[in-house]
Amino acid sequence: MRVLFTALASLAAAVATAHSSNGVSDQAIIADANPPSLSAFGFFNGAADKPAATLVPYALRTPLFSDYAEKQRFIHLPEGAKVTVDTNGQMQFPIGTALIKSFGYERENGGLKVLETRLLLHRAEGWVALPYVWRADGRDADLRVGGTRIPVSFKKPDGRVMNISYAVPNKNQCKQCHSSGNEILPIGPAARNMVLPYPDLSGGMAALVSVLQAEAKWDDPASGSLDQRAHAYLRVNCGHCHAAKGSASNSGLFLDGSARDKTAVGIGKRPVAAGRASGDMDFIIEAGNPGRSILIGRMKSTDPGIAMPELGRDSVHDEGVKLLEDWIAAMKP
Amino acid sequence: MRMRKIAVASAALCALIQPAFAKTISVAPGDRSQERLQEALIAAEPGDVVELAEGKFVLTDGLSLDVNGVTLKGQGVQKSILDFSGQKGAGEGLLVTSDDVILRDFAVENSKGDGIKSKGADRIVYHKLRVEWTGGPKESNGAYGVYPVESKDVLVDSVIVRGASDAGIYVGQSRNIIVRDSIVTENVAGIEIENSYDADVFDNIATRNTGGVLIFDLPSLPQMGGKNVRVFDNIIIDNMTPNFAPKGNIVANVPTGTGVMVMANRNVEIFDNVLGENGTSNIMVVGYRFEHKDPNYDPLPQNVVIWDNQHGRAGWDPKFRGGPEIAAAMGGSFPAIFWDGAGGATKAPIIMDSVPALSLGLTDITADPTMARPSPLAPATSRPAALPAIKLPDAMEAAVR
Repeated sequence: MRVLFTALASLAAAVATAHSSNGVSDQAIIADANPPSLSAFGFFNGAADKPAATLVPYALRTPLFSDYAEKQRFIHLPEGAKVTVDTNGQMQFPIGTALIKSFGYERENGGLKVLETRLLLHRAEGWVALPYVWRADGRDADLRVGGTRIPVSFKKPDGRVMNISYAVPNKNQCKQCHSSGNEILPIGPAARNMVLPYPDLSGGMAALVSVLQAEAKWDDPASGSLDQRAHAYLRVNCGHCHAAKGSASNSGLFLDGSARDKTAVGIGKRPVAAGRASGDMDFIIEAGNPGRSILIGRMKSTDPGIAMPELGRDSVHDEGVKLLEDWIAAMKP
Repeated sequence: MRMRKIAVASAALCALIQPAFAKTISVAPGDRSQERLQEALIAAEPGDVVELAEGKFVLTDGLSLDVNGVTLKGQGVQKSILDFSGQKGAGEGLLVTSDDVILRDFAVENSKGDGIKSKGADRIVYHKLRVEWTGGPKESNGAYGVYPVESKDVLVDSVIVRGASDAGIYVGQSRNIIVRDSIVTENVAGIEIENSYDADVFDNIATRNTGGVLIFDLPSLPQMGGKNVRVFDNIIIDNMTPNFAPKGNIVANVPTGTGVMVMANRNVEIFDNVLGENGTSNIMVVGYRFEHKDPNYDPLPQNVVIWDNQHGRAGWDPKFRGGPEIAAAMGGSFPAIFWDGAGGATKAPIIMDSVPALSLGLTDITADPTMARPSPLAPATSRPAALPAIKLPDAMEAAVR
């Protein structure tokens, strides 16, 4: 623990020193009212591609699939604040922290067209999740607590053009994924899954991650075994709901890494409330037989009565499906 | 910090007990109804009423309510309709995740997944609602109509559900439950109480489902050991809709023509019901006969007590493996009541109905149904002390008076 703490202290210190000129409004983050416009926070200087200099960008080794959207992630920490990490590698952010995540697609002529920016604000009463949708002129974004849909066209990695109805989640849906019991919690920033770009910060993170062991990267065979990569993918894409305190707790299917037996990760487990998603199959995962596994059937569907994850899935993640098909096929029946 | 929490809590309490603070947010159908209705459900504060105007709300996504103490109210089940025919996302039509919510006087039609789900929503009231897949029974319909789960104190009162490809009214992993005065028709299961404790199911009509009322306990779930369920004063007739559940679902195994089915539950009372025209059987009590690896799960039903039910015709077309052979051996028909024999004599249901009952003699829970050794089940002369009636908090009963 001491090693962790030191590593984090250096991370926090580095962040703190980067904080001298700050255009971000700490008051907007911690106030009770939710500003109708994103500009009230000062995270961006008039455009989604102009983040404030004090924001710390980060990436994830295994990200959540969101209809092939590209994401830009930032952390804002109040001045002098420290981040700590618990024994599970989950980062603990102080009050006044903002986690900022923009979603967009490549423009045909290059560059990212950002559609929406989601905020997780750490206030005294807990975390608050807010979705902001960028205006057509790209200068500011408006709070849309009721969510919305945006028609989007993009190319899949195999070159196929997709036309989808991209869903900006409503405020409740934000919570649906981010809830643990009655609390809202960040999902992404687990130390083992994080990549920070700044050399000085990365030094701290590297020390930290060397203690915790970096989680396998879902699409990099050099980073871990098939089993490890599949579990990383499941944890990131399914584990926020499929956890003992998550939105899918009643399913008894636990994909957050907490499962103690094979049944709880779905192997040989019969469906409970899958409805027509069971699609003539008996088990969530039938070892050795991806074609007879409900989990794969749900990942391959975009029908809202069948598709998993339930939110943000108007297209199929072909590469993710392939990973889990390979994983299930390799299991001994 | 502590003071602040107390202040927040007492403010919330004031909102609940002083209706003067409560407001009504009215929402009419029309342009952007998805966003307007969802925004109203987010903007509502404890004590508020979100009121649906008359008309059809054409929705593209699931709706959700996460504020305690809110009433969502329409103008009636034929007048305020949430139409999910064009739904593109979310696993249900309406999701409630907060406590002390009242849902009443509206309809949910053609949701792609479940109709109305409430999870971890204590003291929820479902009153005068209609959840319907308007094309009638189809495998492509959503699973559950009304779906409270992981909740304490649940009231389902005067609800109509039609067309669910799993259960019309499904209460899962909950406790202290009343389902009454409701009509379930053309669902696979009419009413299902699963992995739940302390439930009263009464004054309902379950007709033209595959199975009328199911009381189940399943393995590998956070809450198991389903117990203390009373099924009484219901009309459970003509549940002969061919099973249209997608295979793999547990209810896909419910034989067409089932009145009441108890599986692996304990302390179940079935009395004063009118049962008939159920081709497999009016009442069946069975063990969970699928393979499982859950050391904490008991697959045997026990302490099931059956008395004073009125039985019409049953058992002329038993739709389970080995059933027709047994019926043939018994002169062409199956009895109105049967038990699969799971666990042997000490687990036998106590029966005080005036119709013949049968044990299939499948004592071993892993035995195949074709190995049945049928024998009559003798009627009992006395029964154990009755379970107490379920009592819900007064405010819940007041909401439906």
